This record gives sequence, structure tokens and C-alpha cells, in this order.
Amino acid sequence: MMKLEAIIQPSRFESVKDALREAGIEGMTVTEVRGHGRQKGHTEVYRGREYTVDLLPKIKLEMVLPDKLVNLVVDTILKTAKTGKIGDGKIFLTRVDEAIRIRNEERGESAL
Amino acid sequence: MEARIILHAKCGFPLWNVRRVPHRREAFGNGVKRVIKRVAKCCCLFMVLALCTLPLHAQQSAVPSSAPATTNATQDNSKAVTDKLADLDKRVTAAQSAGDNAWMLVSAALVLMMTGPGLALFYGGLVRRKNTLAIMMQSFAMMGLITVLWALVGYSLCFGGSGPVIGDFGHAFLRGVGADPNPDYAGTIPQTTFMIYQLMFAVITPALITGATAERMKFSGTVLFMTLWFLFVYAPLAHMVWGKGGYLNAAGGRFPCLDFAGGTVVHISSGVSALVCALYMGKRTGFPKQPMPPHSLVLSFIGACLLWVGWFGFNAGSALAASGLASSAFVATHFGAAGAAVAWSVAEWIKNGKASALGAISGAVAGLVAITPAAGFVGPMPALVIGFVAGAFCYFMVTRVKAIFGYDDALDAFGVHGAGGTIGALLTGVFAQEVINPIFGAGKPVGGLDHHWGQVGNQLVGIAIAWGFALVGTLVILKITDLVTGFRVTEDQEVEGLDITQHGEEAYYLES
Repeated sequence: MMKLEAIIQPSRFESVKDALREAGIEGMTVTEVRGHGRQKGHTEVYRGREYTVDLLPKIKLEMVLPDKLVNLVVDTILKTAKTGKIGDGKIFLTRVDEAIRIRNEERGESAL
Repeated sequence: MEARIILHAKCGFPLWNVRRVPHRREAFGNGVKRVIKRVAKCCCLFMVLALCTLPLHAQQSAVPSSAPATTNATQDNSKAVTDKLADLDKRVTAAQSAGDNAWMLVSAALVLMMTGPGLALFYGGLVRRKNTLAIMMQSFAMMGLITVLWALVGYSLCFGGSGPVIGDFGHAFLRGVGADPNPDYAGTIPQTTFMIYQLMFAVITPALITGATAERMKFSGTVLFMTLWFLFVYAPLAHMVWGKGGYLNAAGGRFPCLDFAGGTVVHISSGVSALVCALYMGKRTGFPKQPMPPHSLVLSFIGACLLWVGWFGFNAGSALAASGLASSAFVATHFGAAGAAVAWSVAEWIKNGKASALGAISGAVAGLVAITPAAGFVGPMPALVIGFVAGAFCYFMVTRVKAIFGYDDALDAFGVHGAGGTIGALLTGVFAQEVINPIFGAGKPVGGLDHHWGQVGNQLVGIAIAWGFALVGTLVILKITDLVTGFRVTEDQEVEGLDITQHGEEAYYLES
């Protein structure tokens, strides 16, 4: 079981979500986050005072997947979230030790 | 056929006379149209004739029942006519009073709306989320606190008696304030209306000061400070400018100062006091390095629009009647706001390349402040000019002067109200005209446009006294407040936020 974390542009989120659903992937956790890698922010001016806003809004997708689906999901996200510009985001994969469904206490890959 | 039609259209006149032969179906249609036109012409003629007979009907019903022509009857008749005229006179006066009272009650409501929710929203949106309720509470607290003080002694101190600096206690507990007009102030409306209208001014003035002390002022300190400030700074200024016998009263004061709706009494006093408070209590923790942008310009926008609309009650209502002067003040107010909004936006566009929403609404408020002393004395075109000047001047004060001196006037109470009120009071002396408001008597010149440039001097005296009172009064009251309750919150409280520490609440509970 792998945990997939993807940080993507908010404007690409709807397309990624639709593509994943079409690929048969159900189940994800979505958070609105702020951050930056090498992407530059912008300046805002309020009554003469300048603020540099360098924490940019992004969307974080988190999914725990059975090993056989990982490549499919990675390819789907890469295809739909890419704009080609700096700020597209990143995907991280980590190994997961255990998954448990709370409703019926199922364990392992069948809990996913 | 097409070619001929096109040539006709291009030249505008026919190159040669061509009569098209109409199709059979077209001819029938044309005939029908002709009949309809004839019928319509007949109907119009008939209606015109009918309308012409109307005056005859009116004349018939207006003929009065005539009395028999004897000498005794003639004398009775003239007494009856005199009585009728006196009765008519009374009813006309009552009707005028009713109109005045209706407008004044609405104006009072509009001015209260300026404080709650106008100012509360305007300021509320400009502070950080953790301090939203605190700044709103400070405005709302004035609605309660000042009302109580006003009812007990405030009205009497401002408008009682005839002293040069302060009123008396003749109207304490609103004694003698009832349905009868007070002939010294507003002769056509109940004194109750005049009293409640003036109260709304006393409510908003201290609330304006909270803009400079935002995000670091103790609530207990606010309550004590505003009580003392209202009694010892606002009341004397209000009496001097508007009270009978007042030193600066336009009607008979030693230095007649033109202040229609409170440029000196409300805006200079609160603006200068705000500056003194900001300098006394110091900058917010983290200012100016830490970014502190407004948490919701949407709230500020709504507040600013409510202020603009409410200001019609503030300025036009200061005519104290539903008169031509009220109309004139209404228009001047609107033009001042619009001119300043445009000027601030243009200034920002030039400086930053973008006109911001915050700039536009700030400009509008600055214009409204500046036109406040001038509203009932200047014409519409000068009002526009006052707006332009105020917008540009306050933009300069808020962006450049504040940055140069480095004081933390958090929400620009001094930059907008203090500066706007000062420039407005000065320009009132320049642009006031007898033709708009013969305040010094019929035919007597009023301001600069009437070549009475001495008025600018009188304005300067009024401005200086307002500045002086505000400066000295505020310093003394600050010292007292600091000793009794304390004025500024601790650094920990400031970092955690005033909503939690002063009021035990959160403005937005996002987890529920």
C-alpha cells in the first residue's frame, strides 16, 4: 500500500478529480494549502503599504492506494495536472504500514 | 431595383425619381394602414377637444357659495375670511413642520446607521480576523454608552444655556425637552427630534477615534476614555460651534466659524485625538515589518457604502428642515464623495498602476468628511472641487506622510478624518456663498467666492481651537485612563487577539 500526496494548481483540480473518477479511483482527501517551491508570488498594496504574498494557494490530494493502482494514478495526475509552467506542483509516494476501515474493522488492502 | 435603392441611401437624396409599382398584396396592406391612420387622427382630435372642456368643469366647482350683500353680513364675512386665513396659516405651518419632522427623524436614523453597522463594518473589515469583534464592539458600545450620557447630561451640556464654551444643566435628564420646538435651534420640529438627531452625531464621533487605536486598545480603557472625551472634548466643541452663545457659532459667535454638519466638531476633534492616541500608545506589535492586511474588504466595502448613504442624513439633515437648503446639502454631499473617490483612484492608478477597491472607498469617505463642514454653504461645482482636493490630499496623508513619520494610525482615522476635516473646513471658507445659504443675513457676503476672504481667517480660528481642544484634552484624558484602567493590552493579549482576550468570543468559528 502506498500513500500518494500530490500538490497541484487549484485551477487543475477539477480536471484531475474527473480524470481519476473516470479511471475508477474512488476515495481521496483534499485540503487547501499554501506554499511555494520556486514559483514567485505577487505584491499587494493596501493604502500605500506593500505586502509581498509569496505563499500561494495550492490543492493537496492525499490517497492511499493498493500497489497495483499506483502507476495508473500517477500517470493520470501527471497528464491532467500539468500546465508546463513553474508552480505545477509535485507528487510524493510513501509506503503505508497498515490501513483499517473504521466501520467494520477490516484491515489490509481490502480496507482501501 | 436593388442598385437604385442603394444609391438613394448613400446620397441621402434621390438621384432620380423612381416610383416603385407596389405588389397587389402590398397595396392592400397600404390601404389598411391608411384607414388606421385616419381613425387614429380622429381619436386624437376628439381627445383634445375633451381635454379643452376640463377647465370649464373646474371653474364650475370652484365657485364659492356667496353670502347675501348686506353691511352686517359683509363684516361677518371678512371676519370669517380672516379666521379662515389664520386657520390656513396654522395648517400650512403644521404641514411644513410635519415635512421637516419626518425628514429629521429619517436623518437621525440614517446617522445612527453610519455608526452601526456602517463604521463597524468599515473598520471591522480592515482589521485582522482575530480583532474583528473588538473593533465592532467599540463602535456599538458608543451607541449604548453615549446615549446614556446624552440623556443624563450630554444634551444639556451641548445645547443648554448660552455660555461661550459650554452649556449648562438646564436640560439635564432631558427636562423641558418635549414636543414643542426649541426656538433657538430648530423652530419647526419638536425639540425631542432635534435632541435625538444631535445624539447620533455624539455617538459616531468617539467611535471614529477607535480607528487609530485598533487592535491594541483595552475595552475597559475605551469605555472610560470615551466617557471623559465626550464630556470634556466633544461637548465643549459642539457647544462652541453649534450652541447658543457659542464662541465659534456662525450666528453671532466671536469668531463665526462655518461648520454645517461637524467638520470641526466631529472630524477634526476625533481625527486629531486619534493621532494623539496612536502616538501615545505606540505601534502595534510587529508593525511595520509584519504584514497586517485587511481580513475582509467585503465588509469594509459594505460599511463604506452604508456610510455614504447615511451621510445624507448627517449633512442634509443638518439643514434641520426639509428645505431647499437640505436639497443643496444633499447634492453637495454626494458630489464631494464622488469627486474624492475619483481623485483617490486616479492618484492610485498613477502611483501603483492599479486603482484598488480599498482606495476608492477610502477616497469616498475622505470626500464625505471634507464636504461635511461645507455641505450647506457651497454650490454643487465647488463641492466637486472640494471632493477632488480632499481625495488627493488624504491619499497623500495616508500613504506618504504616515510612512514618513512612521506613526501607527491603524485605520487612518487621522489621515482621513483629521486631515479631511481640516482641509474641508478651510475650503468651506473659500467656497461658501451667500446665494447658497445667507447665514450672515440676506445680502451679506459669506465666503471667498463672495470676496469675503476674512472668513478663511475665521475658519482657521475654528480649526485651531478644535485642534487645540482635541490635543490637550486627549492627552489629559489618556493619562487619567492609563492610571485608572490602563489603555493598552499586554503584548500576549495583543498577539492572541482582542476578540478572545477582551470579549471571550471568536468572530468566525470555522470548525463548526
